[in-house]
Amino acid sequence: MSKTLGYEAVMAERAAVMHESVGIDYRRYATGALAFDYERMLADTGYDVETARAVQSRTAVGDTPLVELKNITELVRSLAEPGKGARIFVKDEAANPSGSFKDRRASLSIHEARRRGYEGVVAASSGNYGAAVASQGAKASLRCIVVQEAFDSRGIAQPEIEEKTRACESYGAEVIRLSVGPELFYVFLQVLKETGYFNASLYTPYSVLGIETLGYELAVQTRDEQTGRFPDVVIATHAGGGNVTGTARGLLKAGAADTQMVAASVDLSGLHMASDRDFNRKSFTTGHTGFSLPFTTWPDRSDVPRSAARALRYMDRFVTVTQGEVFYATQVLAELEGMERGPAGNTSLAAAFAIARMLREEQVVVVQETEYTGAGKHPLAQLNLAKRMGIAVERGDPRDNRPGQRIVIPTHPSQIEVVDVDLDRVRRSYLRRALEALPQGERLGAEDLAFLAAETRSSRSYIEEVIHELPGKAG
Amino acid sequence: MTDLIAKGTWVDIHRVVLSPGERAPQVPEDTRQVPLEMRVKGVLAEDGALGDEVEVVTPIGRRLRGTLVASNPAYTHGFGPPIPELIPIGAEVRAILRERESHE
Repeated sequence: MSKTLGYEAVMAERAAVMHESVGIDYRRYATGALAFDYERMLADTGYDVETARAVQSRTAVGDTPLVELKNITELVRSLAEPGKGARIFVKDEAANPSGSFKDRRASLSIHEARRRGYEGVVAASSGNYGAAVASQGAKASLRCIVVQEAFDSRGIAQPEIEEKTRACESYGAEVIRLSVGPELFYVFLQVLKETGYFNASLYTPYSVLGIETLGYELAVQTRDEQTGRFPDVVIATHAGGGNVTGTARGLLKAGAADTQMVAASVDLSGLHMASDRDFNRKSFTTGHTGFSLPFTTWPDRSDVPRSAARALRYMDRFVTVTQGEVFYATQVLAELEGMERGPAGNTSLAAAFAIARMLREEQVVVVQETEYTGAGKHPLAQLNLAKRMGIAVERGDPRDNRPGQRIVIPTHPSQIEVVDVDLDRVRRSYLRRALEALPQGERLGAEDLAFLAAETRSSRSYIEEVIHELPGKAG
Repeated sequence: MTDLIAKGTWVDIHRVVLSPGERAPQVPEDTRQVPLEMRVKGVLAEDGALGDEVEVVTPIGRRLRGTLVASNPAYTHGFGPPIPELIPIGAEVRAILRERESHE
């Protein structure tokens, strides 16, 4: 990359570069001052579930096993009231070619990039998605560049990201590793501009439609192969919103309309996502509140003008668990079920311990993903780094966990609890942000009110009430 | 005198992308005080020594310039020593299951 334009100059070209690199004219979908036609934006890609499954099967993506966690279910029942303790299953997404469900997201992006004649693809990802794009790109003979936020100002790499660097390089990708900061997006834009490659964003329709197959498969597997019923609850680890959105849409397309969709994140409150100091004190690289709260309340903060990942439309419940609880669940998964996975994907498994315990025995909880584990990408690597950074690691009550200061590993599985995020507050926060984005002098029309109601899974009267209560209200 | 690293060697280069004064307005104070740095690996285009400004050819064929910082750099991530706080967990949960079986 040549030393070129300054930060402001590159950011000013954002819209034009994005249009060239995604091949979607997002302006076509505007239907109001804020509103846009979300369903049409997705439908215009032409990827329904069957088409997506056909594309994915050509590169051995998807059709992963649904595994019943019988010993963990027994463990949960031993903690529950009589008759309580739902059956717990996990969708073993580690069986995908690059070891995570992100292959589903990458597959349609790569397929689309190739169909449109791009020479290569660029992905901004420090995690599994980058490796998935590199893997799928290798299969499709496309050049691939992955841009990562990888190390702090002392040069200390986050071990999980270093493993992803290695994986991407093993697939033949160019990996640009950056120090900490949101200007990763500036570098990403420059790379797109210089190369003219396809933007394999996590937030395009392709990336989200690629996950619909996951929700669809797990619904059908749960009913037809395992239990005779659709899942009562599906728990998805929640960060940027694509996982929750795509999975929930797939469930609906399979007919599982009554399944409760739970979004689960690791609580990283108190740590700043753009802080050089906090970077190596998080112990998690994704699935945490540092992504999930801002992306739920404002999905269009992403690297495309209109994100296809709109989690607030789909979540019935949003919960958090602690770092220590996730490491505990990861250890239990290995020792009781013989499955060494995660740890980031086990956020929803930790939540399942608490949620299944409250449900009846005949009910079914599906933990919607696993991811591969290995050097760097492992509780040992994360906890050793935490200790090196001066974070206390101890056994105790997980309620004493303090992100960046103390990781508390539970002493008993009954201590694992979920903390509900207040969805009413999230909705109000979303609406506040939406109104801030309303162009000067514009007013909300009927289309906008209907759009905001769909965005927040509420009603027009709720929207009007909240807007009325906001200071400096618009519309 | 520094040893020359031969053209064709897999190396790591480094560059400052934004100096502290050029950082984005929204970055927190600690991040604002340090530069945005970039590292990327590729094959050395010409012989060079550590600390030299060099050109590399990346795995996809792009030519990038930066300061040569490492020759055939190792992947240093691993697992590290076992974590004592995790070691007892398996035995604890198996004991809970045995207790449950004995009551059934």
